Amino acid sequence: MLKIDNLHARVENEDILRGLDLAVAPGEVHAIMGPNGSGKSTLGHVLAGRPGYRHTAGSATLFGQDLLALETEERAHLGLFLAFQYPVEIPGVSNMEFLKAAVDATREARGEEAVDSVSFMKHAREICKKVDLDQGFLKRGVNEGFSGGEKKRNELMQMMLLEPKLCILDETDSGLDIDALQQVAEGINSMRDGQRAFILITHYQRMLDYVEPDHVHVLTGGRIVRSGDKSLALELEKKGYTGLEEVA
Amino acid sequence: MADFMQQPLREAAKAAPGWLAGTLNRGQAAWRETRLPTRKTEAWKYNDLGALQHTFTAPTAGRAPALEDVDYPRLDGPTLVFADGVFCPELSQLELPAGVQLVRFADAGAEQAQAIVERLGTAVHHSRHLFAPLNDATLADGVYLEIAPDTVVEKPIHLMWLSSGRTEALSVTQRLLVAVGAHSRATVVETFANTAADGVVFTNGISELLLSEGASLNHNRLHLEGGRAVHIGGVHALLAANANLDGFHLALGSDLKRIDIVVQHEGQGAHCRLNGLYLPRGEEQVDYHTCIEHAVPDCTSEENFRGIIGDESRAIFNGRIHIHPDAQRTRAELHNKNLLTSREAEVNTKPELEIYADDVQCAHGATVAQMDATALHYLRTRGICRAEAEVMLSYGFINELVEDIPCEALRDYLKPLLARRFARSPRLTRHLA
Repeated sequence: MLKIDNLHARVENEDILRGLDLAVAPGEVHAIMGPNGSGKSTLGHVLAGRPGYRHTAGSATLFGQDLLALETEERAHLGLFLAFQYPVEIPGVSNMEFLKAAVDATREARGEEAVDSVSFMKHAREICKKVDLDQGFLKRGVNEGFSGGEKKRNELMQMMLLEPKLCILDETDSGLDIDALQQVAEGINSMRDGQRAFILITHYQRMLDYVEPDHVHVLTGGRIVRSGDKSLALELEKKGYTGLEEVA
Repeated sequence: MADFMQQPLREAAKAAPGWLAGTLNRGQAAWRETRLPTRKTEAWKYNDLGALQHTFTAPTAGRAPALEDVDYPRLDGPTLVFADGVFCPELSQLELPAGVQLVRFADAGAEQAQAIVERLGTAVHHSRHLFAPLNDATLADGVYLEIAPDTVVEKPIHLMWLSSGRTEALSVTQRLLVAVGAHSRATVVETFANTAADGVVFTNGISELLLSEGASLNHNRLHLEGGRAVHIGGVHALLAANANLDGFHLALGSDLKRIDIVVQHEGQGAHCRLNGLYLPRGEEQVDYHTCIEHAVPDCTSEENFRGIIGDESRAIFNGRIHIHPDAQRTRAELHNKNLLTSREAEVNTKPELEIYADDVQCAHGATVAQMDATALHYLRTRGICRAEAEVMLSYGFINELVEDIPCEALRDYLKPLLARRFARSPRLTRHLA
């Protein structure tokens, strides 16, 4: 599904990713862990096409298509979704309006029929309930004045509405209390259908208690230096990241 | 004074009702002394008056205007329509609720004429508004609206000045005099609109709003004119004690729009809110000069203007708040935000605070920004294409002020109109459906 080979990327003239390799098959859950500044978030941004994040070598394909040659919205149409670590506040654009525009655009690009406003609203309200967001949030500006937890739930809601094929969750667990974390994890688990794949970018092992990964990778210095199964996460929790650099 | 207005000046003197002669004469005398501003005239330094280089003629009665292409709001309430400066009874709706007098100067009875003469011009400082004497001097007709005390008028009262775009340069003098009686409440909508045709129309428009004690007026002034339209004028309001003026202003761009809004708080406890939007594009120019005079204690004012300036257009916002020595415990706020959607777009924004009282709260802020790249990217990661995301962000920038319009019918009319303003294709505004 996703294949990343020797990916190098730069942000503001600094090489952040330095030869990253990763392969994700349908239905898999990958966890990417690593210390601050190792390039975890950069990976998500490069794949989503954020301006200023320039790939300098290597490749990334999704379903065989050169992901890095596509416009940001085309990547989304192909099935890529990035849940932001810091979701953007957009005052003046209502959440409902935003969600509808996103779903309409995505369906249109996939050649699917448009959803009428009434069924869309109904569906959106159901999902709101599922992620435990008050329906009042649909009327508010996108993420405007939302708490950290509410923003993360809103990301989850978008993911559920857009039904992407590959979900990258960038530190969706950070800043959440244990109840919120469990709810977010439940949301992710409810979307696992044997086909949809997930990349969980996280600092801590605790998220992985609730969403069980198939593979755990350690990213440091812009490369994946170690991969293993879920036991690797537990090991990291005990020993920390120190000493991993040398393994590479 | 320049002779580009000779014909309208002559025609007005012939056409005006006799009881207006004093106003016209004073206006003509003052206009003769008026010198057109230059780049060195501070209050006009950003305005290019080149758009006035025509020989203007006054409206001709009896000529059927072609209004098919003019887009204007249809509101359910008393309506007066003027087309190419001439009153159109067939487009007007003159059924008036109890307590409301709405009459053209030309049709005013003796009592009404007397009320008009007593009140006309009382809110306008002629020496501070260069083109105000010209309005008086060419005042062949106007509209008088009087709301009796203790009257609540539910339906909006709509006054429209439409122009069809004729071949010769047309001069239209618009004048509205509103007197809201004590403890009354009403909504007034003024709409200026034209066809997309390239007729040159110079509108000199003045609206005077006189609010008695405890009166409450929702006043909306929509400048929808585009193309070659030139509009110079403004709104002058006097607020008695505890009066409440809620103003909404909109200017789409055209060759030149210069609108001065002056609100004078003359009675304690008066409040005004002024919201405004300006949206020039192409090579258009829009200039709002606002001035809030706090002359007495315990008044409040809130002002919130936003502009989206595109292409090579230019906007000017000058917000003056003048707090006089006696105006203790005044609370005044002024906010101006601008979004430049092109590298060639220009805005000149200037807050001007003059505060002579010490116990006041006064906040002001002005910002100029470009489209938020992070927000744009965020929308695109959700599958929304760049063009649609730009429409969403542009509309989002002004949405708050549109949602704040109290008159629902007006809001419903403006939403799609404003969304279309930013979109080159209708599918880009589908999210607003």
